[in-house]
Amino acid sequence: MDTSEDVLQPLSPDLVRGSETARPAKAARLSPSFISWLQAGPMMLVFLAFFLIPLVFVVIVSFWDYNEYQLLPAFSGRGYTDTFEGCLAQLPDLCTIVRTYLKTLKFCFLVWAITLFIGFWVAYFLAFHIKSKTWQMGLSLLCTIPFWTSNVIRMIAWIPLLGRNGLVNSGLMKTGLIYQPVEWLLFSEFSVVLALVHLFTFFMVVPIFNSMVRIDKSLIEAAYDAGATGLQTLVNVIIPLAKPGIVIGSIFVITIVMGDFITIGVMGGQQIAAAGKIIETRVNALQFPAAAANAVILLVITFLIITMMSRIVDIKKEL
Amino acid sequence: MTETTRKTGVSRRTLLKSTAGLAGLAAGSGAITGFPYVMSAEPKVLRYLGTAVNEGDDISKQCLKDTGIKIEYITATTDDVTKRVMTQPNSFDVLDTEYFSLKKLVPSGNILALDSKKIKEFDNITPVFTKGETPGGKKIGGQGTAPWKVLYLEGKDSKTFSKTATEFVTLIPTVYNADTLGIRPDLINRPIGSWAELLNPEFKGKASILNIPSIGIMDAAMVVEATGKYKYADKGNMTKEEIDLTMKVMTEAKKAGQFRAFWKDFNESVNLMASGETVIQSMWSPAVTKVRSMGIACTFQPLKEGYRSWASGFCVSKGVSGAKLDWAYEFVNWFLSGYAGAYLNRQGYYSAVLSTAKANMQPYEWAYWMDGKPAEKDIKAPDGSLLEKAGAVRDGGSYEDRMGAVACWNAVMDENDYMVRKWNEFIAA
Repeated sequence: MDTSEDVLQPLSPDLVRGSETARPAKAARLSPSFISWLQAGPMMLVFLAFFLIPLVFVVIVSFWDYNEYQLLPAFSGRGYTDTFEGCLAQLPDLCTIVRTYLKTLKFCFLVWAITLFIGFWVAYFLAFHIKSKTWQMGLSLLCTIPFWTSNVIRMIAWIPLLGRNGLVNSGLMKTGLIYQPVEWLLFSEFSVVLALVHLFTFFMVVPIFNSMVRIDKSLIEAAYDAGATGLQTLVNVIIPLAKPGIVIGSIFVITIVMGDFITIGVMGGQQIAAAGKIIETRVNALQFPAAAANAVILLVITFLIITMMSRIVDIKKEL
Repeated sequence: MTETTRKTGVSRRTLLKSTAGLAGLAAGSGAITGFPYVMSAEPKVLRYLGTAVNEGDDISKQCLKDTGIKIEYITATTDDVTKRVMTQPNSFDVLDTEYFSLKKLVPSGNILALDSKKIKEFDNITPVFTKGETPGGKKIGGQGTAPWKVLYLEGKDSKTFSKTATEFVTLIPTVYNADTLGIRPDLINRPIGSWAELLNPEFKGKASILNIPSIGIMDAAMVVEATGKYKYADKGNMTKEEIDLTMKVMTEAKKAGQFRAFWKDFNESVNLMASGETVIQSMWSPAVTKVRSMGIACTFQPLKEGYRSWASGFCVSKGVSGAKLDWAYEFVNWFLSGYAGAYLNRQGYYSAVLSTAKANMQPYEWAYWMDGKPAEKDIKAPDGSLLEKAGAVRDGGSYEDRMGAVACWNAVMDENDYMVRKWNEFIAA
């Protein structure tokens, strides 16, 4: 899913600025600021051309008018007002669009919490329980195996497993645990969360593992020597030091889930809407300004979440 | 040489009054893909944009053999085809699309009407398209965007549909069908005779409908009418109140857990039905055939309220001219000359020119597919695989019976924008 590219972008300026301090002392002839511009330049250009400029277009188009078959380049808030049409009248009931965004947030939170929990312990196991570097490498490569097939295939693979006549249901029926197929296994919020967790846990494992292996083992020994229990070491030493990884992994997962509509569509039997789905249907109906308006709304929400996260941890400082 | 073609391309494009921003983007990409052809020395190639209905390897191979024209298929969903015509009119030559899209396509000015005088078989095209009746004289329901309402333009570059026959034809008809619900007779175990059954609580959690708003709403309207809740003046052109009412009925059913899932493409509908996740759903004829070819009982069930029909045809991109336009006419003429028509008939669709298709089919095939008679011999698909054993009868009977029972056509409503929003709310509800 292409959202992963966008995910990388907001981080890059930080990385770029980081390189400023690491410039080699030898290149004295060129002015230091020129060199840092030179280093930052390519990334900046890419960032500008493929992220900022398209984004500006999206924002501009979101304020255009439209009809059945074309965009009308005149200022109009219709993209936004159409989106929330009837929402005020419906109060105190929430209108569908608001509920759709809330549902997206709910998925986002659930998937984030579950992937964080699983990802943290997988990374913990890899970083602290596997002593040999070779095994660490080997096992973390093992984690990538699911990624050798496409997202869509990994998603669709759940269907014969969870379906009414699927493997799980027929297994449970045979053991006599149930007499009727369990319907909520497939095309439900359960299957959506399950598939999202399955798809994206890896995005948590890698950054957290990355921060954990860099933790100086002597710190843990020091904690042990000072009489800390395992839990105290975990809470006071490991978690704070793994925070950058946790935040980066969280940003990955949150941005992907916020923008995802394919998984939610397929696993939800197209019955569960997501913010991304609104954009897709708008585009299919050739209502580009309305689609752009929804994209802007989604972006703002995602941006707010990420800003909050980076308030908790100053990634720039930690890296 | 490339200079001149490029120039004409750009000046033509600047004439397009369509969207400044998008057209700008599209022009950029169009300029790249758009110009390396036109010279007579080059092979005859037509870029053919359409849904997969008419697109078959066999058709393109036969076409190359008969006319020397190489067809390059660009396959997209109905929505994407429309999007592409709007935003990248230079990325294709021949357009194969549905009549209901015309209400969007014609005002955009991106397609070129074809001259009916240059179409050899035009006068032999079935009266379904020209008069709204079957060859046997049965009047066909005209609700929705019926092809005969949008078949002609007033002038060559006109953006207004003509009520009377003119030389300028928006889409040269190729293929059409009458759609209804597909059911799993082995899991339902009783006769199904009405669209209302889709919302029957008996099938709670086992029904499905397609998630393409302009088609889905028509199916929903057929259901609402069948339940006797409301009678529409025109199901294919509802008022806002009618849209609200239709979506209310569907939303209530959805909230009560009636639907198992919604489907958007052919394969999804096949999978839902074949796996038993659903037992009743809106379906397309070849999808039913596909389920049946997997050895699973599936019926394309004729219903007493009639069928919802669709039709598609050919036109060309506004940018096509000169030799390329001649090839396009040559291709369309070839398409109507029989081979392709017979091919489509054998898939369960109907061809626009019946006489030429008949000449290309065996009498027993014609009797099975078109006359609704029991198959004298085994019926084979175009690829040679067995479809039906001897003795089988086609669901819904003969051409006359099926096309004569059409109640409405796929449509784009005047309130399309509102409808799409309401449909989204239904899906999200």
